[in-house]
Amino acid sequence: MIEARGLSKRFQDKKRGEIRAVEKVSFTCQPGKIYGLLGANGAGKTTTLRMLATILEPTDGTAIVCGYDVVEQPEKVRASVGFLSTATALYPRLTAQELVEYFGRLNGLDEPTLKKRVDDIFDRLDMNSFRDRRCDKLSTGMKQKTSIARTLVHDPPVMIFDEPTTGLDVMTARTIITFISDCRDRGKAIIFSTHIMSEVERLCDHIGIIHDGKLLAHGAVSELRSKYAEHNLEEIIVKVVGPFLKNSEA
Amino acid sequence: MNFRNVGIVYRKELTEWLRDRRTLISTVLVPLLAFPVLMVGMTSLMAVMIGKAEKETAKVMIIGGEDSPQVVEKLRHVKDLEIVPYADDWKKGISEKEIRAAVDIPEGFASALTQGKEQTVKIYFYQGEIKSSFGANHVEKFFDDYRDAIISSRLAARNLPTDIIKPFEVKQENVAPPEKVSGAALGGLLGYMVILLSMTGAIYPAIDLTAGEKERGTMETILSSPLSRVDLVLGKFFLVLSASLSTAILSIISMGTSFYLVGNSGAMAKKEAAAFQLHIGFLTILSVFLMALPLAVLFAAALLTIALFAKSYKEAQSYLTPMTFIVVIPAVASLLPGFDLNPKLALVPILSTSLVCKEIVAGTFHWNYILLILISSSVYAAAALFMAVKMFQRESVLFRS
Repeated sequence: MIEARGLSKRFQDKKRGEIRAVEKVSFTCQPGKIYGLLGANGAGKTTTLRMLATILEPTDGTAIVCGYDVVEQPEKVRASVGFLSTATALYPRLTAQELVEYFGRLNGLDEPTLKKRVDDIFDRLDMNSFRDRRCDKLSTGMKQKTSIARTLVHDPPVMIFDEPTTGLDVMTARTIITFISDCRDRGKAIIFSTHIMSEVERLCDHIGIIHDGKLLAHGAVSELRSKYAEHNLEEIIVKVVGPFLKNSEA
Repeated sequence: MNFRNVGIVYRKELTEWLRDRRTLISTVLVPLLAFPVLMVGMTSLMAVMIGKAEKETAKVMIIGGEDSPQVVEKLRHVKDLEIVPYADDWKKGISEKEIRAAVDIPEGFASALTQGKEQTVKIYFYQGEIKSSFGANHVEKFFDDYRDAIISSRLAARNLPTDIIKPFEVKQENVAPPEKVSGAALGGLLGYMVILLSMTGAIYPAIDLTAGEKERGTMETILSSPLSRVDLVLGKFFLVLSASLSTAILSIISMGTSFYLVGNSGAMAKKEAAAFQLHIGFLTILSVFLMALPLAVLFAAALLTIALFAKSYKEAQSYLTPMTFIVVIPAVASLLPGFDLNPKLALVPILSTSLVCKEIVAGTFHWNYILLILISSSVYAAAALFMAVKMFQRESVLFRS
């Protein structure tokens, strides 16, 4: 389970002074559910996800992931999380198998378990044809599959995906969406950020709409639809964020 | 700290490092080949050039000498010299390498000789031009021999022995064993080379493992694993240290081989070749490496710290290139004559190690200084490593944009 409790992150910028990237964001995601974090570029989605993955430390507030505090026990949190974002690239000079094994070992897997797990994942994701190929020689789709295998190797109960289908062709994107859906069926708690509303419709049980670092609305998709009297998710986002856009422009 | 994780990171970095063609070139091929190619190539080329210059019959012009035909005639018969007719632009002739030298025989030279008057024969040549120097030397030798012959005949005419003008000889004799001689001449260079090479060998991997990771987008990937930042830094640090030491070791092996090849190639005269005979024992080389080890740790940690600050490979290169000068200056200073170890200098990093290595190679072991330098260098190295770990914990550095 993931529970964000007033997560806040401020950065210092020489020119712009203090930047409030995320402000008091709180939400919960249960096992077997997918929570979609939606918002424009620069809204604070990636920073929030990075704090949940303990890559960044919150300035205020905290989050509990699988019972571990992101501030107090970051290494235990990371061992419980599979994190995939547009910024998590692969080591170019390792083969797909070596890369997945590397992360398996870092997650404390012993060699027999690791071998079994790697074989299983490579079969499931249909990766055997390129398991010995170096990552810099892989196609975009193969790279994304390898990244997924990397996040899955330690079988974490929590998955965090930051725009996982950005820049992918239709077929690869579809594989990823199916895979995320599989993860939910296996009882994992999943947080997912995207700009593609069809993916949200297909996957998310709950969504949170974030703007200017603040979580402006969140709840079950059906709840938000009835609250804003709107079926189209894009229109719901516009209704939620619109008044704040006007305020900031004024 | 988790040793297993440090080992996992180290092995992965090593695999990637060995698969990088640029690494193999900069760390293995260049140090292994640069010295032999440069030294053997240069000395062979020099030997060929000098041999060619020595064999050449030098064209020489005589200025004056009309009233001293006997001297001129003798000069014409000197082997290796070809006397060319006089021309007014003889200076231009020397400059443009048409003739190698010109000799000015003063007016009334022969008659002045019989009268015992002092006079000067001038030889004109082009300094720095080896063939011109050889031509001038041949002329000078002829006049030296001619003078000696005249002295001998004058002494004989007066029934005096030749030793009257040379009552005693003065000669210098070396008592230092050969290893000390080479130690002073070339050994001073050993410590300097080890220090400089352990620095240059660390630059490329330090950049690749920090700014390179940022540029390739793999930094966030590794930060999302349960690996602690301390283990991550240490794994990377040990790889940079390995690269640094292997560059230094390979270069020293290559340097030693080159000196051996040049000294035994027969391309040089025995006396010149002796200067290339290194009489440095294995234990001495090992001692130099032991002294340089804390410095290599300092370089690896400091370079990692600085390179991590950079956003890109290019930026890191612009930060680290000036670092070479920071290392070269104190290392070169230690080679200056009269620069000796004292308690204050023993605390100056790089300079102290370079100085103590020079002494070790020359066979002198100042144990108090050795201990002091080892301790001070280790403290600096530990501080640099601590800084590297701290730097890896700073979000503003890891995610600098």
